[in-house]
Amino acid sequence: MKAFRMHTGLVAPLDRANVDTDQIIPKEFLKRIERTGFGEFLFYDWRRRPDRTLDPDFVLNQPRYQGASILLTDRNFGCGSSREHAPWALDDFGFRAIIAPSFADIFANNCVKNGLLTVVLPEAQVATIMKRSQEVEGYRATVDLEQRQVRDDFGLTASFEIDDFSRRCLLEGLDDIGLTLQHEAEIAAYEARRFGAR
Amino acid sequence: MALELQKPLQERAPSPASPRTLFEKIWQEHVVCEPPGQPPLLYVDLHLVHEVTSPQAFDGLRAAGRRVRQPQRTLVTVDHNVPTTPGHLPITDPIAARQMEALRRNCQEFGLTLYDIDSPDQGIVHVIGPELGATQPGLTIVCGDSHTSTHGAFGALAFGIGTSEVEHVLATQCLPQQKPRTMEIRINGSLPEGVSAKDLVLGIIGTIGTDGATGHVVEYTGEAVRGLSMEGRMTVCNMSIEAGARAGMVAPDEVTFNHLRGRRFAPKDAAWDEAVARWRGLKSDAAARYDKVVEIDAASLAPFVTWGTNPGMVVPVTGRVPDPATARSAAERGAAERALEYMALAPGTAIEEINVDRVFIGSCTNSRLEDLRAAARVARGHKVNPKVRALVVPGSQAVKRDAEREGLDQIFRAAGFEWRDSGCSMCLGMNPDVLQPGERCASTSNRNFEGRQGRGGRTHLVSPMMAAAAAIEGHFTDIRRWRFQ
Ligand code: SF4
Repeated sequence: MKAFRMHTGLVAPLDRANVDTDQIIPKEFLKRIERTGFGEFLFYDWRRRPDRTLDPDFVLNQPRYQGASILLTDRNFGCGSSREHAPWALDDFGFRAIIAPSFADIFANNCVKNGLLTVVLPEAQVATIMKRSQEVEGYRATVDLEQRQVRDDFGLTASFEIDDFSRRCLLEGLDDIGLTLQHEAEIAAYEARRFGAR
Repeated sequence: MALELQKPLQERAPSPASPRTLFEKIWQEHVVCEPPGQPPLLYVDLHLVHEVTSPQAFDGLRAAGRRVRQPQRTLVTVDHNVPTTPGHLPITDPIAARQMEALRRNCQEFGLTLYDIDSPDQGIVHVIGPELGATQPGLTIVCGDSHTSTHGAFGALAFGIGTSEVEHVLATQCLPQQKPRTMEIRINGSLPEGVSAKDLVLGIIGTIGTDGATGHVVEYTGEAVRGLSMEGRMTVCNMSIEAGARAGMVAPDEVTFNHLRGRRFAPKDAAWDEAVARWRGLKSDAAARYDKVVEIDAASLAPFVTWGTNPGMVVPVTGRVPDPATARSAAERGAAERALEYMALAPGTAIEEINVDRVFIGSCTNSRLEDLRAAARVARGHKVNPKVRALVVPGSQAVKRDAEREGLDQIFRAAGFEWRDSGCSMCLGMNPDVLQPGERCASTSNRNFEGRQGRGGRTHLVSPMMAAAAAIEGHFTDIRRWRFQ
């Protein structure tokens, strides 16, 4: 897995609450059997009009947000289906971190597994960043996982919490299956204790 | 196939002094170890696998040279993509066919039994797990699908996972898991006439919101929950995820045991008696504490209809589409305005005046025999409104057979409903059953998100009885005044 230490990038504001994974990546694109190539389908029904041309009004289509790598959004982002295609699409599109007041559980888990950092900040701070990203052209922020901070050039220093294990996995880009397999003996002992010797 | 799920415990954990919730009892029994600096490793008793969220996981195994640790704890089927029109083979969508073919190859290569499209046991994974008796009290169950919460109805700890975690479980039969918090949702009193399990759970989500249970495992308690059949409990647990919950569960009781007895993978003979004795202990201790408690009065519930684009946007059928101006916050107002625009509804419209074009009775929420019986009771002797196209999709081939044995298919067909083969179908429209842009659907599924049933499609979530009644009237109607024939 890709490691995440610190990232500075353009911030794109998606000012909506309860963005569900059906919006992040609609079901018609779930039939691919690879992990890659989902970026072009990100927010498909919002990015494209019914005739499939790009909708210039949608935030990610606006010239000023081209190349954005930090997504800023409202609460309960990623609710709904467990499809990991959602973080795959965000990652493939070029996002490295997502900032919101809250995330749905399964989605947040899926992000960690793909080196995508979800940052939970209080609503007031999200609102501040939202405003700046809308008002200041080229607004960039820094997400620093080592310091657990989000910073910008306008004096913002916001601390966030993340559990130590997720942080370590992200910092080191760990393969957590490998970590679990280090406990093979314990797993075998557990199975023997519960199910008897086989 | 030999699913080995409930071998008796060789050694019982010493009973801890402090009172525990049902969740805590199951959790503790499944912690393999607690490595320093890592979340506890939780053992998975049953892993359900389907075609959409698994191909990349098997690729990962192959790339790392890993095998499936416990094939006999892994149950595989195809459901999301399968066409449900009778005589549907071969599959005409080449990409869907490729995904199902990949699953077939993966099952062969890794030694897994597949309940394939032509199997008499095929069906929606959350319908066939319980049907085969693989879903049992006290188990930990995972699946690369958020509605895995359904299985909690049996007093199991069951939750949805992503594809990386699917790979993790295939390889290790474990998951590193942070311990979730607990929440009790107590429903006092009994459900009024015409109010179903679906209405109960819609009422809950309407009350606590779509993130009201985030980070929590919910235990449903109270008289109204005890009074539910297993099908009803599955409907309620199924939609726990729609309130953000990690899992939903109901403590097992006689209803559970009677439902499970004799099913294919259920323990037999002496092992059954031993299992039931053990399962009787699977309930929260009287003095156990939850991190959060919500109480709802059953008498306050009604048949519900969603009006917006998430399951928390819900009102009684006798109500009206709310006015965004009355929302509690600017954010909620914005969301409500957007939802009404998408749904093409004006504030103040009476729900019963909303016409529907399509009706879908099916999905892992409401496609079991009891759901179909309820809908058929409404449909009997009536005709589907000529402007409406209505679809009934049984959750599994077994449900389909049982329903046909009872003649439910005849009732539906005579009334003008289409009677289909089993699968997810129009719940998410990955197969050819989709809404056209602007079409409005009364659906017994679980998600009314934008585009869920087809781009531009407008979904209203309701119970099976309410869906059947809407098909006949051509608009929503209060089932409590229905003319049953
Ligand atoms: S019926 Fe719908 S919600 Fe249930 S598993 Fe299938 S697609 Fe998912």
